[in-house]
Amino acid sequence: MKIAVCVSHVPDTATKIKIGNDAKSIDPTDVTYILNPYDEFAIEEALKTKEKLGGEVVVISLGEETNKESIRKALAMGADNGILLKDSGIRDSLSLSKALAEEIKSQGAQLVFMGKQAVDYDNSITGQLTAEFLGYNCVSVVVNLQIDGENIIAEREVEGGKEVVETSIPAIITCQKGLNEPRYASLKGIMAAKKKVIEEKNAMVFENKSEVLQMNKPLGKQAGKIIGNDSSAVPELVRLLKEEAKVI
Amino acid sequence: MPNKILVVLEQRDNNIKKISNEVSKAGFELSQKINCEVEAVIIGGEINDLSKIGNFGIGKVTHLKNIELTKYSSSAYTKSIVEIINEINANIILVGNTSLGKDLAPRIAARLDAGIAVDVIKIETSENNIVATRPVYAGKALIDVKINSEKKVFTLRPNVFNPGESIENNAEIIVKEISSPDLSSKVIEVKKSEGKLDVAEASIIVSGGRGMKEPANFKLVEELAEVLNAAVGASRAVVDAGWRPHSEQVGQTGKTVSPNLYIALGISGAIQHLAGMRSSKCIVAINKDEDAPIFQIADYGIAGDIFEVVPALIAELKK
Ligand SMILES: Cc1cc2nc3c(=O)[nH]c(=O)nc-3n(C[C@H](O)[C@H](O)[C@H](O)COP(=O)(O)OP(=O)(O)OC[C@H]3O[C@@H](n4cnc5c(N)ncnc54)[C@H](O)[C@@H]3O)c2cc1C
Ligand SMILES: Nc1ncnc2c1ncn2[C@@H]1O[C@H](COP(=O)(O)O)[C@@H](O)[C@H]1O
Repeated sequence: MKIAVCVSHVPDTATKIKIGNDAKSIDPTDVTYILNPYDEFAIEEALKTKEKLGGEVVVISLGEETNKESIRKALAMGADNGILLKDSGIRDSLSLSKALAEEIKSQGAQLVFMGKQAVDYDNSITGQLTAEFLGYNCVSVVVNLQIDGENIIAEREVEGGKEVVETSIPAIITCQKGLNEPRYASLKGIMAAKKKVIEEKNAMVFENKSEVLQMNKPLGKQAGKIIGNDSSAVPELVRLLKEEAKVI
Repeated sequence: MPNKILVVLEQRDNNIKKISNEVSKAGFELSQKINCEVEAVIIGGEINDLSKIGNFGIGKVTHLKNIELTKYSSSAYTKSIVEIINEINANIILVGNTSLGKDLAPRIAARLDAGIAVDVIKIETSENNIVATRPVYAGKALIDVKINSEKKVFTLRPNVFNPGESIENNAEIIVKEISSPDLSSKVIEVKKSEGKLDVAEASIIVSGGRGMKEPANFKLVEELAEVLNAAVGASRAVVDAGWRPHSEQVGQTGKTVSPNLYIALGISGAIQHLAGMRSSKCIVAINKDEDAPIFQIADYGIAGDIFEVVPALIAELKK
């Protein structure tokens, strides 16, 4: 079976965000880009599935030349092939998902893994959208997965517990922390990945349905007051919570 | 075509969730601003007190009924809601940004080929446009988004839109049976975590970090949570150490929360932790290091030892 993994290339979570000159996006200067943390779970699950069921793992990323770094990381972990869907314009999630769906279709991948969320725009919707465009089933925020022939039993994290979902292939699974422990790339893997050719194609273009008008810094929360350094401050704290903040 | 808002309500175990009141009220207020109709839809078997959604500005609610759909089914929910949207000609769809809403809303958007903005914290109108504000980069920036398609889908962050005082009002209920739902994807079981309040839904959260020293000391966090009727949260450091389950983790790779009160015990306030809780309405930090970054966003802080301060706090609250 052909398995696809979609990965995004995002600012490191420790990055300080500066707003760019266009006032609509961030200033990329001095920003370190990494493989989206949730996509590591997606790659690991794809590799585990291939080890069990056989097949081939293809990694797809839509974006600029630099996205190849994240594709290479996936190759170093053990993925078989990488595809860069070249794109430098502004794309909303709908247009992104349509382009990913086209590529997944042309690859003939019946099982697709994505991260539950890309930590740039924190949308958490690409998997679900892409599945709809493909007519695939989809389970999001998965922390446990069993595949038996065509059948899928997946546990997804919800408020106050987990939902056990029954569905079937073809499907997209979006991966949450807890699903697995992503492997480290071996030295041999890293060397092999360097030699692999990443296929490049232009991403298909679709109309955007939404646009960013403006990006702003959140209103800075003012540091409050330190009201003491031991338990003698407790009565005052409780009074403030009751009378000033009115939260208890 | 005139505007029409559809609010997607959510039930769990047949009870309407609090987020539904918030989304209803937000929908009602938006309908007043842009001068259009608003109604609601809900899927489930029997639903308790459904007409009370009228208290939050909803005059009419369609109940898509099937006992098998008490639990979520992405395929059946998507299909049925899209049918209603087309039937009543709604063009603005509001959904709660919950586990269910996050899964469902993008599917609806895809079927309608509609633009979507998720995790919205503010909806404004200007010159006939709806502008939604939402956090990105883990809350380190905000964007104003405009959707250009005729149909528009928004998910609203829980505990941000104020449902206000409930005004005694009963909504009209229209029941429609769903005869043969598409169950190609369905929830067959819900595994509840031992009857505890979830951080994503709690209005008060008490979180513990590495400063708790060892897992057994979390009984102090639990005790404080109990007197406040709060949920227990945790930093990633203690989740990775296996002291606490991942479901309690707050932060960039955990849950995003915005409770009325967030109490951080022995948490330094790393940027990834702040990402998950900075929009809390009131933040209290107790940490023995007065330079800990958590104090920069705390409303009130005690720069002291948890093991000395927290027992006193519990005692004071029990008074
Ligand atoms: C990609 C990525 C994602 C991440 N996601 C998350 C996330 O989702 N959530 C998250 O929380 N972190 C996340 N982190 C980790 C984050 O960077 C920090 O390492 C983590 O939050 C630290 O946890 P902590 O505050 O409990 O521990 P520490 O930073 O070790 O802080 C412990 C604090 O306890 C105080 N203390 C110690 N003893 C006492 C005492 N007796 N009384 C009072 N105070 C005391 C200390 O002064 C200190 O400030 C992420 C990191 C990365 C790289
Ligand atoms: N540009 C992209 N190229 C390939 N996959 C992507 C891209 N953006 C997002 N994804 C996938 O979609 C998931 C969820 O992203 P999002 O919906 O943006 O939060 C990510 O974890 C990736 O697996």
